[in-house]
Amino acid sequence: MKEDHGYDYSIVRGFAFSALFWLIVGLTIGLWIAFEMFNPALNITPWLSFGRLRVVHTNGLGVGFGMSGIFATAYYMLQRLTRTPLPFPKLAKAHLYVFNLAIAAAAVSLMAGMNTTREYAELEWPLDIGVVVMWVMFAINVFAILVRRREKQMYISLWYLVAMTVTVAVLYIVNNLEIPVTLTKSYSLYAGGNDANVEWWYGHNIVGFIFTVPVLAMFYYFLPKATGLPIYSHRLSIVSFWSLIFAYLWTGAHHLMLTPLPEWIQTVAIAFSIFLIAPSWGSVLNGYYTLQGNWDQMRSNYLTKFFIIGITFYGLQTLQGPLQGLRTLNAFFHYTDWVVGHVHMGTMGWVAMVISASFYYMIPKISDRNLYSIRLANIHFWLILVGQLAWTITMWIGGIQQGAMWKATNPDGSLMYSFLDGLTSLYPYYRLRFAAGVVYFIGILIFAWNLVQTVRQPAEAEASTTKP
Amino acid sequence: MGIYSKPFVFAITATLVILIGTVATVFVPMFMPSTQPASGFVKPYTAIEQEGRDLYMREGCNNCHTQTVRPLRTEVLRYGEYSKAEEFAWDRPFLWGSRRTGPDLNRVGGKYPDSWHYRHMNKPQDMFAQSNMPPYDWMAANKLDTSISFKKTKVLGYGYTEEEVKQQIADYRSRVTAAGYDSKDTRDQVTPADLRGELTEMDAMVAYLQKLGRDVKSMEAKQ
Repeated sequence: MKEDHGYDYSIVRGFAFSALFWLIVGLTIGLWIAFEMFNPALNITPWLSFGRLRVVHTNGLGVGFGMSGIFATAYYMLQRLTRTPLPFPKLAKAHLYVFNLAIAAAAVSLMAGMNTTREYAELEWPLDIGVVVMWVMFAINVFAILVRRREKQMYISLWYLVAMTVTVAVLYIVNNLEIPVTLTKSYSLYAGGNDANVEWWYGHNIVGFIFTVPVLAMFYYFLPKATGLPIYSHRLSIVSFWSLIFAYLWTGAHHLMLTPLPEWIQTVAIAFSIFLIAPSWGSVLNGYYTLQGNWDQMRSNYLTKFFIIGITFYGLQTLQGPLQGLRTLNAFFHYTDWVVGHVHMGTMGWVAMVISASFYYMIPKISDRNLYSIRLANIHFWLILVGQLAWTITMWIGGIQQGAMWKATNPDGSLMYSFLDGLTSLYPYYRLRFAAGVVYFIGILIFAWNLVQTVRQPAEAEASTTKP
Repeated sequence: MGIYSKPFVFAITATLVILIGTVATVFVPMFMPSTQPASGFVKPYTAIEQEGRDLYMREGCNNCHTQTVRPLRTEVLRYGEYSKAEEFAWDRPFLWGSRRTGPDLNRVGGKYPDSWHYRHMNKPQDMFAQSNMPPYDWMAANKLDTSISFKKTKVLGYGYTEEEVKQQIADYRSRVTAAGYDSKDTRDQVTPADLRGELTEMDAMVAYLQKLGRDVKSMEAKQ
């Protein structure tokens, strides 16, 4: 059943393979800095020193991989869910080029030390303007296609995409207001505690509206597509959506617990963080109940397990997050590797698994080819699952150990351990973490290889009809 | 279910919904005195200290070092008095950090002599064999660029005249290049011969590290 509604799939393919490219680049840098953590010998040049590379890793994966995965699936979902071809395909094409150029320029500028230091907003002001332009290019197609749509009702996934489109714009612009000194140097408009408050409002929500909201859009679209099962409860998804986007914005200050930020802002953030468990688990349970009576798909359908294990990590993530935001637990865990483990469960588990499965569903479909190898997809699944679990659990244990060593006192009240004692006790964990990262990386290479081979196969017009 | 078939109404509603928390916890506090207290004891950075701060940012030191001591028993014991809001009045951006791979630096100023920092920055492993901090020996081989130092302090609103900035730079240069400078031997060891009479990036970095927490310490000393 070869369909042709005039949908533009070249843009989907362009962003999907950009995502794979930046994923491999970002993970390579991740392995590099993971090695530097236990052996500083890899700080070969200033460009490769940990302080500069860490931001290339976070931007490369968060924006390079995450965002292009989101754009790829968004351009696909937007056309399918509105039953309308892309209104401005040339604009989308330009968006693809601007995006990749911006990421490349971002990586080079960060390695050169042009770093505003505000987490996940490290780019200097000319690149910030580039990012805003790129976002507007995307938003024009989003709203134009919604205006022209042939499907009256907007499906859940479209709500999430619209919410992302407006919220990321607000976050990015407000947080990046800076006064330029030269082309490559600027200072934040805000100072001290205010700057911290704005930055973590941004930092927390940019993660929410890039690593949660659009990934939920994928989940709500591709899970029913891949399983053939409708979403369990439309009402639950409505409640989850509005409460999620309402509560998210209050919680940034849980990143600033016990800092000089006014205490009431911290306390409000704790309260809303706990509240956020409800909408997060609304989506998790909606996913689980969708499979009701069809749990055998976890075995028989290779895509189902990516989605269900992915949303499970989202569920764990959204329990762990509010808990470590509590003042007492935060006093223990903050600034340790526990938090690093927490972030990576979300990114390596939830985000990467859902994007992987969405690509496995989408790429064969838009290429009129079958997936090159389901067997390889299964190997990919197990490698990234094991790699991620080993990675995050190692960091949690390391974090507990470091937190305990920082806190330990002798009977006479003096500190039991020097700072260096705490650090060096982590090196075995850092080695294990590196090994786990290698396992994960191999899984991702198999993923990329599988998709490249899929599109390189000769086109089979009958592919879809002969599929079991 | 009208809203789900009206994209613009939907988008505006979503924007309003996300703005409620934003206004309450970010925009309103922005104008409250509690987020921006000022203290006469906390002085802006000198032009050299600011250059050091910019290098701290360029090298992404904030990825491994925090600059906020929490009001916790062992933290105060380890680093010193906990951080107060007014200390950061001049900090644009804030550099509180989010991960302590290395120790907190908010109270590091005055803790060690300059020579300690020169030696440590040059190769941390010479002092702590097990340290995983990258070596920054090359910063001593880079002449400090002060061509936009005045412009920087102007943008930051420090209130220095151009002459004052030039004087600050000249003063710091004569301080670290003087024959009687208490850390002269170590500085000479890490600085290439042709730059010993100049200001290097490492000089500015040391100046910045020595400023951290000093104002608060001087306030405490007066009480």
